[in-house]
Amino acid sequence: MMAVETRCLVDVQKVRHVYGKGSKERLVLDDVTLTLNENEIVGLLGRSGSGKSTLLRSIAGLVVPTEGEVNFPRRVQGRAMSVGMVFQSFALFPWLTVLENVEVGLEAQRVPAAVRRKRALAAIDLIGLDGFESAYPKELSGGMRQRVGMARALVIDPDVLLMDEPFSALDVLTAETLRTDLLDMWSEGRMPIKSILMVTHNIAEAVLMCDRILLFSSNPGRVISEIKVDLPQPRNRQDPIFRALVEEIYVLMTQDNDAGEIRQGVFPGTGLGMVLPQVSTNALAGLIEAIHAPPYSLKADLPELAAALHYNADELFPIAEVLQLLRFAELKGGDIRLLPAANRYALADVDERKQLFAQHLLSFVPLVAHIRRVLDDRPTHTAPARRFRDQLEDFMSESDAMQTLNAVIQWGRYAELFAYDELTDQFSLDNPS
Amino acid sequence: MHSISEFGKSLRTPRFVKPGARTPYWADGICLAILTLFIGLFIYGLGQMMHPLAVLNSSPMSLDPARLPEYALRTTLRMFIALAASLIFTFVVATLAAKSRKAEQVIIPALDILQSVPVLGFLTFTVTFFMGLFPGRQMGVECAAIFAIFTSQAWNLAFSFYQSLRTVPSDLNEVSRQFGLSAVLRFTRLELPFAIPGLVWNMMMSMSGGWFFVVACEAISVGDTTVNLPGIGSWLALAIEQKNLAAIAWAVGAMALVILAYDQLLFRPIVAWADKFRFEQTASSKRPRSWMYSVLGRSRVAPMLGSILAAPWKCLMLIDWRVFSRLWKVKLTPGVVRVLDYAWLGLVMAACLAGSVYLFRFIEASLGVSDMVTAFGLGLATMVRVIVLIVIASLIWVPVGIWIGLRPVWAERLQPIAQFMAAFPANVLFPFAVIAIVGLHLNPDIWLSPLMVLGTQWYILFNVIAGASALPTDLREAATMFNMRGWQWWRRVALPGVFPYYITGALTASGGSWNASIVAEAVSWGDQHLEAAGLGSYIANATQAGDFPRVALGIVVMSVFVIAFNRLLWRPLYGFAERRLSLV
Repeated sequence: MMAVETRCLVDVQKVRHVYGKGSKERLVLDDVTLTLNENEIVGLLGRSGSGKSTLLRSIAGLVVPTEGEVNFPRRVQGRAMSVGMVFQSFALFPWLTVLENVEVGLEAQRVPAAVRRKRALAAIDLIGLDGFESAYPKELSGGMRQRVGMARALVIDPDVLLMDEPFSALDVLTAETLRTDLLDMWSEGRMPIKSILMVTHNIAEAVLMCDRILLFSSNPGRVISEIKVDLPQPRNRQDPIFRALVEEIYVLMTQDNDAGEIRQGVFPGTGLGMVLPQVSTNALAGLIEAIHAPPYSLKADLPELAAALHYNADELFPIAEVLQLLRFAELKGGDIRLLPAANRYALADVDERKQLFAQHLLSFVPLVAHIRRVLDDRPTHTAPARRFRDQLEDFMSESDAMQTLNAVIQWGRYAELFAYDELTDQFSLDNPS
Repeated sequence: MHSISEFGKSLRTPRFVKPGARTPYWADGICLAILTLFIGLFIYGLGQMMHPLAVLNSSPMSLDPARLPEYALRTTLRMFIALAASLIFTFVVATLAAKSRKAEQVIIPALDILQSVPVLGFLTFTVTFFMGLFPGRQMGVECAAIFAIFTSQAWNLAFSFYQSLRTVPSDLNEVSRQFGLSAVLRFTRLELPFAIPGLVWNMMMSMSGGWFFVVACEAISVGDTTVNLPGIGSWLALAIEQKNLAAIAWAVGAMALVILAYDQLLFRPIVAWADKFRFEQTASSKRPRSWMYSVLGRSRVAPMLGSILAAPWKCLMLIDWRVFSRLWKVKLTPGVVRVLDYAWLGLVMAACLAGSVYLFRFIEASLGVSDMVTAFGLGLATMVRVIVLIVIASLIWVPVGIWIGLRPVWAERLQPIAQFMAAFPANVLFPFAVIAIVGLHLNPDIWLSPLMVLGTQWYILFNVIAGASALPTDLREAATMFNMRGWQWWRRVALPGVFPYYITGALTASGGSWNASIVAEAVSWGDQHLEAAGLGSYIANATQAGDFPRVALGIVVMSVFVIAFNRLLWRPLYGFAERRLSLV
């Protein structure tokens, strides 16, 4: 029997990566092993903070992982580059024309001008940018810009195409066109590449495009599961098998929190050191109201909810998880269910809502309780924010501390638990009445 | 650099080119004529510079208007040589500061101080130095003058470039690393283009600043050495000495023409060209225009010229720099790096300490505590002048600027005029003030002061105009809807809206005023000398007398004042504006 030999292009072994130093160090990737074989599209799917972009950058050679190895078993001696990269923000040089942007990579390899021109034009042709050669990026729409980004990555003739959330900066229609075009070129073998590795947080996109999906947990990033997608291309989003797969991945992504009792560990860190996301109180209220109202009536299926609210999974999760942290909701098996407190919240008027929110903040967010306690204890009822920021920085990075404190300031202001003055950077108890 | 059409559309003809868009020969004619003129004048001027000093003495300056074009040319040439030197300095020093942490620790504080130090005061030392370098040749004095202009131009250019290098967008940075761009390619494709808008703006500012100095430094007298370099500045000095009003009017006219010419022929095209380097992803509706740029774009000469200029870069790009980077690869352990850091820091501190001790000794050798107290007291007098004048200028120009800025038609018409006024060296107009003060028997201590802001007040005006035109329409509409008017409108809408811009303008104006005090506090008209008591006249007099210790003391005191002013007043205000009032 002849086994089809799967030839490995990228071999990532036990990669571990830490940002920061000392007490602020944050583990973003922990013991990640993956192989990328010829003729496949592999998706790295996970929440923000799952280190998937860091992994992609390690493969691109932009980040040197703290531990572990990235190998290219089939790299030909003497050929420096075997990966091309497409960026979320397109990363085009605004002062170079489309043609010049595409040529930049070849220029770096000191390819002679005539050959350079020929290859760049071929790549531009392939990607459907004919006629735009002399345009500047600012004259192009987002979709066209990303096509330039793709042409630029392809022109250096890489074995592997790395894509970092390539479609997430585009509107829905444009993104879909680009995905379809890319898949067409891939399946017809018109691109020089042998495989594609893409980072995404869009579950449906991953199911639509990938042959294999690696699911990442966040904080730290680990591969928690590998899903093979056997559906033939072109895939249909309305296909029941497609939808079931999306649903299954949603369940897997919320499974983290499925240990029976609700644990605090949705967010990295515990107690005072918990890193909180900046979620506006309006979004929290909005989500409670949406789930409270029909057709969901207290319980909703996350993928369905995300689709109805036009949210990405990545955007919906933090809101849902803050609700869970505040004991307004619980997440289980890809579903979100409102708790009685949220029910009361939905029916209450503005002042009652604020009171309820304040109670839950004090009970379930240790940092809020801490700030309030300090303010109560002091005779002046004021405290510099610097003090809390320093305290947080014992547990987390500077930017995380800033984000966490900003989140708490917003929530505390809404709940009227304390006031904050930006100019003096002070917390106080006096609310202007 | 790549030129307008370096990538000529030779491979395929673009489909949308209008027939004949690139054909007119008159465009080529204009370009060639201007180019030949430039080169001819450049070579002529340069030749003049090489003459021995004796020629200068045997054929003294004359106030014959026929000689004025030549003088104007030589002055302009000095300006541009200094600008070129400033650019080279910028590329080397700012790049060094951005790439090496050790260099950065020294260069950035040094630039910060040099930027706020009164460069006019240095003239005394540099003239002596350069004349020693080229004894008996005009070149020495030329170099001193050029160096003086250079010291007024270089620092803000270097700062701007450093800032750009440090803020290169991270995604573009990643792209260039991922493609493995060599250092040269990185510079030409990423760093330089990203820095160009800032550089161009600062180049224009530098040119404006430079005029002020060229007028002050062409007729140099240090102690008993007096040199008059042929140029507009010397012409002016002579005219003042001879009380020749007509000659001053000629000089003003010539200066205006020169400024207009290089603005139209050089800076406008550069601004129009630099527009494509602005780092933004959306096309702006209003693009700067320049007739010269359009002519260049249509001619066949420009691409040729462009490729000639780009040739050296292309050669550099062909070199495989990686060979060198491989040679460099010496891995140091963190411990060694830390020791080196401390050693470097110690060295720098020691050098600074030695320098200050030396300076202190030099001043202390002939001057006592009472001199320092005097200098400090005079510094306070000048400070009061600067503050009062900036306040007065603000009270006048902020409302005017807002009024103009809110009327786009007027703003478009008046903005270039304000910029022109800022570029115009105000010291040319000083004689008129002296005549007025003497004629009306006014108190020079008060009435000489306005001269300090004569040239710098325009920065307030055109920054406020820019701020007011940038005020979002929806804010203005909301104010109208709520029927806001009078003081409430100023306090809630207009003033906070332009505040960040105003601070930028006022900061530049105040720095310039300190500098201008050196020439503005002591002015003369023929044999009449007017003086206002202040640090500026203190330095000016010490320079005249060749009294080095007093010059040094004056500069040190003024630097302390300016730096304290910047740190204690402008920087906090700037931070406040950034945090609270920025509209972005």
